[in-house]
Amino acid sequence: MTYFSDVGALARKDLLLELRARDTLPAMLLFVVSTLVVFHFVLPSESSDLAATGLLWVALLFTALLGLSRSFAAEREQGVIDGLVLAPSDRSAIWLGKALSILAFLGLAEVIALPAFALFFRPISAALVGGVVLADLGIAAVGTLLAAMATASRARELLLPLLFLPLAIPIVVGGVGASVSGEPGRYLGLLGLYDALFAIICWASFEYVVTE
Amino acid sequence: MAAAIALIFFYAPVDQDGLNQKIFYFHVPIAFTAYACFGWGGWKALRHLWKGDEGADLESYVAIHLGVIFGLLTLVTGSIWARFRWGHWWEWKEDQLVLFLVLFLFYCAYFMLRYSLPAGPQRANLSAVYALFGVALIPVSVLAIRLSQRFIHPVAFNEHGTNMAASQFFTFCVALVAMLALAATMYTVELAGKRLDVHLRELREALQ
Repeated sequence: MTYFSDVGALARKDLLLELRARDTLPAMLLFVVSTLVVFHFVLPSESSDLAATGLLWVALLFTALLGLSRSFAAEREQGVIDGLVLAPSDRSAIWLGKALSILAFLGLAEVIALPAFALFFRPISAALVGGVVLADLGIAAVGTLLAAMATASRARELLLPLLFLPLAIPIVVGGVGASVSGEPGRYLGLLGLYDALFAIICWASFEYVVTE
Repeated sequence: MAAAIALIFFYAPVDQDGLNQKIFYFHVPIAFTAYACFGWGGWKALRHLWKGDEGADLESYVAIHLGVIFGLLTLVTGSIWARFRWGHWWEWKEDQLVLFLVLFLFYCAYFMLRYSLPAGPQRANLSAVYALFGVALIPVSVLAIRLSQRFIHPVAFNEHGTNMAASQFFTFCVALVAMLALAATMYTVELAGKRLDVHLRELREALQ
């Protein structure tokens, strides 16, 4: 299983780097909590709890964007990406390793964000947690590939939200639907479908993003 | 094209909506044509990545460029239609309009991506991958927007005029064919122009 050991090594590299430097994760945590506080002032007092749930998804999406825009910073600044591309392993392993580390960051940020949301606004349901988990998979898969694309361009961090937000609309629909609707199964199905479809496309096409 | 316009204005029966219903014969064929352009762009992108076809990148770009133009026309005609039909310029209930807004944003990002990369094999690859994302996004968005109506608008939305009379359907088909022919012509002309540009640049570099 050399492919998976490559993936594991790459993901471990990112997590170790984060553990040593602590660049991204504290920023994501602080960002998501401060966004929730801002949302308290955004919502007028008579607006419904449902609006708060919608805003939670905005907060999660932008937190993910914050993490993603930093995700290839080390690779770009130190030229690591050239070394990785030249390494004798499948290029899609780079994508999978990076996506796993992003997934870990997102998961950790949400371990703080969801209880904070429950504390500040309204209790969270199991369907919401399920929606968040499935949405994270999609965000990590698509976001990693788009972050690699944005890194290659001149506009860099500026480009990532533009590339990512139109693609994230189905995630938002699925996530918000799962959290507010009485029958979340359909929305979770949409999220699952999205994850599977885009994970396959990203896995197959990542090679073309990093090579010429 | 002229035949289609003639049929639209003189042949097709005016239904209970009156004259503004005529825009249907523009709006829907334009929308289908935009889909066709995006699909063709995605197909060419796949050819580029898979087979490494020479020039497929340029063809994909031109098709998507046209798709965006037709997509914008769809938004404009759709919102004119919505103005006369429901009295608002924008109608979130209209799935087609929302979908085109999403696609329009997506393909504008495609242009941003393309223009912020230096010309070369990497630009071709990245644009092609992004174009493929677009083709996957269309069906997923259709599904998502349908589903989103349930929590944004709980009241069921009645479909308008689903059953067309034979003469209306005939006019619609002619309009669709005319629009596709127009798109194909524009595609050919634009592609010839772009190829000429590329040749010119190569010649200039050779001269210097």
